[in-house]
Amino acid sequence: MSGAASWSFREDDAVRIQAILEQLLAEANARTALVVDRAGQMLATAGEQPDFDPVAFASLTAADFSANDQLARMLGEPEFGALFHQGERESLYLADVARRVILVVRFDNRTTLGLVKLRVRSVVVRLTALFTELFERRDSQPPPKVEAAFLGEAEDEIDKLFGS
Amino acid sequence: MSLINYASREINCKLVYYGPGLGGKTTNLEYIYEKVSPSSKGKMISLATETERTLFFDFLPVDLGTIRGFKTRFHLYTVPGQVYYNASRKLILKGVDGVVFVADSQIERMEANVESMQNLYDNLLQHGYDLTKMPFAIQYNKRDLPNSSPLEELQENLNPGWSVEDPARQKPLTNPDRPGDFLVEQVEGGWIERAPYFEAVAMRGDGVFDTLRSISKLVLKTLG
Repeated sequence: MSGAASWSFREDDAVRIQAILEQLLAEANARTALVVDRAGQMLATAGEQPDFDPVAFASLTAADFSANDQLARMLGEPEFGALFHQGERESLYLADVARRVILVVRFDNRTTLGLVKLRVRSVVVRLTALFTELFERRDSQPPPKVEAAFLGEAEDEIDKLFGS
Repeated sequence: MSLINYASREINCKLVYYGPGLGGKTTNLEYIYEKVSPSSKGKMISLATETERTLFFDFLPVDLGTIRGFKTRFHLYTVPGQVYYNASRKLILKGVDGVVFVADSQIERMEANVESMQNLYDNLLQHGYDLTKMPFAIQYNKRDLPNSSPLEELQENLNPGWSVEDPARQKPLTNPDRPGDFLVEQVEGGWIERAPYFEAVAMRGDGVFDTLRSISKLVLKTLG
């Protein structure tokens, strides 16, 4: 046991997720779909490019979901599988995927919450299968490594940026 | 957990500043935010109460730039220090790659420091992480105050060291930040290791970047 294990996300993983998200957007008539991991990192986006800071958005999404998870437990629920945030023009629907990542759908009044929920349900099943496979791969393989030259250059950048 | 994203060519690492309430965690992030060039930093987010006490967390992404084709970024988080916010603290530790413990040097805060350190250890354990086996650094803040404890006393209470069982690591390791000091050394027949530690006055920035530099290098090493 040590710290959190590193994991990697491959090009073909991204292509598969992208295809699933794009199909969801078309069927649900939603604006943007994002996949965020539970530690607050953005994994994928599809549809209209977000006009907000995606890094901050991912961190707040993970925190939002985690806080609501704890609220659910206080009620004796294992989790809240999905969250809905209603705005005047824009809304967000968030759904848990395999307790590992979060699917976020941003939509407006060109669609309905009912349709988004309906489409998300089947997409969660497909993403669950994909992420289960991805994490099984992570657990069965040694952690990903960066090339040796990366470390040297990264240390130089750290010295430059944070003063030496 | 560090994420190496080969699709978007990004590496993201999560650093968490931990410690007792009013110890200077948020001040560390604010100083970093103020000093890092605008092109290297993202938006700083603070989920705080009306009286500017951290309620959930502060968040600041810092970009190292593109290294060997990978955009490399550190996500800096603080936790709320007040005792009753433990549920929030635990959540922020999820997926953490490196921890900075910001201790308050004032004599009357020693007990709060020790409690917070124990709390950090316990909370990490619940996520399945072992503090002695992951990137970890300690910052003794508020060194300028007249009522601050001597460094030796802080070290004795907060960084007494843990035993090194791996024979390959049982050799003296000099402290790169303190000439003449050792991070791994033999004490009374056994080998012990201590976390790197820094004296700081975060309000004016002393020691803030020394700490950040140390923990970021330790985290990157785990990727190699």
